[in-house]
Amino acid sequence: MLNITHISKTFNPGTVNEKKAITNLSLHLAPGDFVTIIGSNGAGKSTLFNAVAGSFLTDSGSIVLDGQDITFLPEFKRAKSIGRLFQDPMRGSAPGMTIEENLALAAGSGGWLSRVSQKDKKRFRDRLALLDMGLEDRMRQPVGLLSGGQRQALTLFMSTMVPPKLLLLDEHTAALDPGTAEKVLKLTRDIVAEHRITTMMVTHNMQQALELGNRTLMMADGNVVLDVSGQERAGMTVDDLLRRFKAGTGKDLDNDRILLSD
Amino acid sequence: MDLSALLTVGQTALELGLICSLTVLALFLSYSMLNVCDLSTDGCFTLGAAVGAVVAAAGHPLLSIPAAMLAGVCSGLVTALLQTKFGIDSLLSGIIVNTGLYSVNIAVMAGSAQINLYKADTVFSMTKDLLAGTPLAGQSITVVAAVAVILTVVFLTLFLNTRLGLAIRATGNNPDMVRSSSINPVFTTIVGLCVANAFTGLSGCLMAQSQKSAEINIGNGMVTIALASLLIGSTILGRGSTFVRAVGMVLGAFIFRLVYAVALRLDILPAFMLKLVSSVIVALAIALPYLKEQWPIISRRLTYKKTAVGRRGN
Repeated sequence: MLNITHISKTFNPGTVNEKKAITNLSLHLAPGDFVTIIGSNGAGKSTLFNAVAGSFLTDSGSIVLDGQDITFLPEFKRAKSIGRLFQDPMRGSAPGMTIEENLALAAGSGGWLSRVSQKDKKRFRDRLALLDMGLEDRMRQPVGLLSGGQRQALTLFMSTMVPPKLLLLDEHTAALDPGTAEKVLKLTRDIVAEHRITTMMVTHNMQQALELGNRTLMMADGNVVLDVSGQERAGMTVDDLLRRFKAGTGKDLDNDRILLSD
Repeated sequence: MDLSALLTVGQTALELGLICSLTVLALFLSYSMLNVCDLSTDGCFTLGAAVGAVVAAAGHPLLSIPAAMLAGVCSGLVTALLQTKFGIDSLLSGIIVNTGLYSVNIAVMAGSAQINLYKADTVFSMTKDLLAGTPLAGQSITVVAAVAVILTVVFLTLFLNTRLGLAIRATGNNPDMVRSSSINPVFTTIVGLCVANAFTGLSGCLMAQSQKSAEINIGNGMVTIALASLLIGSTILGRGSTFVRAVGMVLGAFIFRLVYAVALRLDILPAFMLKLVSSVIVALAIALPYLKEQWPIISRRLTYKKTAVGRRGN
């Protein structure tokens, strides 16, 4: 589904602030893969997502999504097949517009001059009711009135209304309180499973990284240092993971927010 | 002030309010929706006046309206391209275009700073003939301006609820969201500014024809005057549907002109104070919410200083 071949990205090249954020990284994702990613501070997790989503173009290498070479495709064109959630729940929806208007934008059907039909509105309501957050009764309220958790759930819903080929989740539950985070996570699992969306998720919760999905990557210094899946991953504990990380990189996992367990 | 004088004042305010509310509606789109403060508004207003006057003077009063709007679209396109494709800050692109338009406007008026329409047919003189004998006789300016405003409000209400309109609103409301969605912010900014400036051009065109002359300074200070009206309008009808808010813009323009006309009539203010008044309204309307937010800190500082002497004594 996703083929990343030898990509690199250096920020501020040739200056004292030069930072090699990604170095010669290659990664292949099969259709339906749900990959969790953990890593040290500055390991390049978000940079990898930015490169895939097209927030910047890479210095070298190529990125192919579902047979289409997207290496030089601008971000908004990639967004048609890539859904993305950020840690900040405020980033994914327009606070000054109503829930209905946000959903109409996300639905993305029809031409530029088309308007949302009553049928569409009904469909939005019915599907929003599945989130079980009472949002379906607040369709005409501005999104700015929702809580962070509700907004993140709405963003998740919006970015999967038209199921994307690839879903990028960048610690999307990290800024939520534990109860809400649990709920959004369950929702994520359900939606991803329902549409069999190929997903990459950055998390700082080691336990979660092993429990969710079918494959776990660890990143350090702009590259993937550990890639476990299948049988090997099934019996793994957080301690095993840390040991393997140290064996691979020669140092301890250094992330000031890492959670070793729940 | 007797009743007939009051009516005259009201009439003038209504006419000016309606014509200028088209510019306010343009800023409603660019400033309130797209979150771009379009400083080319003054020049674009004059451009609409100049183009409209030239076309009307040539004997095509009806054609003057689409011509002025098209000129506005071109001006908006340049402003939009400068800020989306050439990396120029949005305020600066407005200023650059505004300055350039001064020369363009004089060129449009064939090198002179003024065009007289006293002998030419205008949309208003044509309507005047149509309205003769009806109860609305003598109200041609109000009628034409009202029709233009109603059509614009209806258009904006419909437009802002299309997918394109929603995308424009999202671009202004949450650029982060738009960048990571399939909307191209360059495209929405260009469309938004082109449409907005079409209305600014229309506004200038109607203003020139109602005054029977276009001159190079007709648009001076228009952006501030329109912003003042916009802020008054959004204070009265700032919440609710797009339609309600658009109507608020028209009301704001009318109220601004009415209050000002009354002040003028009662000799409270001389005519040249119009621009200072609009500047003060805009500055206050934008500053007050900020100061309100800062007030707890300011008041804490004040009381802190008062008690500071006592603390030092300990």
